[in-house]
Amino acid sequence: MHSARKQKLMIVCSILLGSAVAVGLVLYAFNQGINVFFTPTEIADGKVPAGQNIRIGGMVKQGSLVSEGLEGTRIEFIATDTNADVLVAYTGVLPDLFREGQGVVAEGVMDPDGVFQARQILAKHDENYMSAEVKAALDAAVKKKAAEVAP
Amino acid sequence: MWQWFYKLGSPRHFYDMTTAFLPWLYGITFFLLIVGLVWGLGFAPPDYQMGDNYRIIYIHVPSASIAIGGYVMMACMAAMHMIWKIKMADIVAKVTAPVGGMFCALCLFSGSFWGKPTWGTYWIWDARITSTLILLFIYVGVAALRSAYDSESSGAKAASVLTLVGVVNLPIIRYSVDWWNTLHQSASNLSLRVEGTNPPEIWIPAFFMGFALFGIFLLAVILRSRNEILVREKRTQWVQDLLDRDVQEGLQRA
Repeated sequence: MHSARKQKLMIVCSILLGSAVAVGLVLYAFNQGINVFFTPTEIADGKVPAGQNIRIGGMVKQGSLVSEGLEGTRIEFIATDTNADVLVAYTGVLPDLFREGQGVVAEGVMDPDGVFQARQILAKHDENYMSAEVKAALDAAVKKKAAEVAP
Repeated sequence: MWQWFYKLGSPRHFYDMTTAFLPWLYGITFFLLIVGLVWGLGFAPPDYQMGDNYRIIYIHVPSASIAIGGYVMMACMAAMHMIWKIKMADIVAKVTAPVGGMFCALCLFSGSFWGKPTWGTYWIWDARITSTLILLFIYVGVAALRSAYDSESSGAKAASVLTLVGVVNLPIIRYSVDWWNTLHQSASNLSLRVEGTNPPEIWIPAFFMGFALFGIFLLAVILRSRNEILVREKRTQWVQDLLDRDVQEGLQRA
């Protein structure tokens, strides 16, 4: 290759490499800050400063959702990553996808009693899409199997 | 093959070749768009938990891949222009910036309208969404930086360097959902054989829409490149001849 072109090629490569290293270091320094939520395990490990506004993410534990007996639109549920649990309390409107077994991200503050007081609840959607018909068929199959096992 | 490739590097040949190619591209794009829209909006089954909301992905996912793919193309053109000083590469790089930026904006807007009913919010500063917003800023920045120069060649140089620096953002967008906790979901696993989740009847229309939107992207880039060629080569004989011929044809029709 022509030497002037070779030089240009080196310049292009060094721009790419230089910016990659610079941005890589910045991202490495930011590491925890880039995560949009803490997991229940991180909270159990005490990685989260108390009284600070944070987001936690996990799954709504099956059978943990309580809304009856609490006043108004108040709900309580346990967010879990199967390793650790966090009790979350929230008052307000919920996204349509919110339910037990579904991923959830809550924003709020950890109170002194260890209850997470959420100000906003977001539903996390996974990367799977399923047609309504297939889901109904699957559920029916699961139910049928359960009925066969039960007696 | 190589000769054909070299010819594309010459503005005149690019112009002639695309003149023949454009009607085909119009036809194919229009066909794919109709099939994709009718199939995706009319016949694909509703999702079991999002209902019909999920159909936004038929615009969102293609525009996201084009925003990223378009940037890769623009960066290759910028590098080719820097190393080999190919005029045509700079023309394509120049006209791609606003078009790619449009698709990036479309991706952000459509995602936002999907996010409200699904997540419960239009916007969250998670790694995937923030890095995509940065991609939009880079697109706009590249176009703005180029036009800030009076001289075409200095503008081209500055824009090329910025374009190459911006490449570092692409793997961050791609892997953001794997490297960090994000609200945005990871990439879907697509397979023809899997039953149940991500069935072909949901994602095959997305492929049609993907190629259709890519066709629209190519059309925009080619048409804008042709304009740019005419502007830059306006003093050459072949452009003069072309214009004379068009004028004559216009007179005859009148």
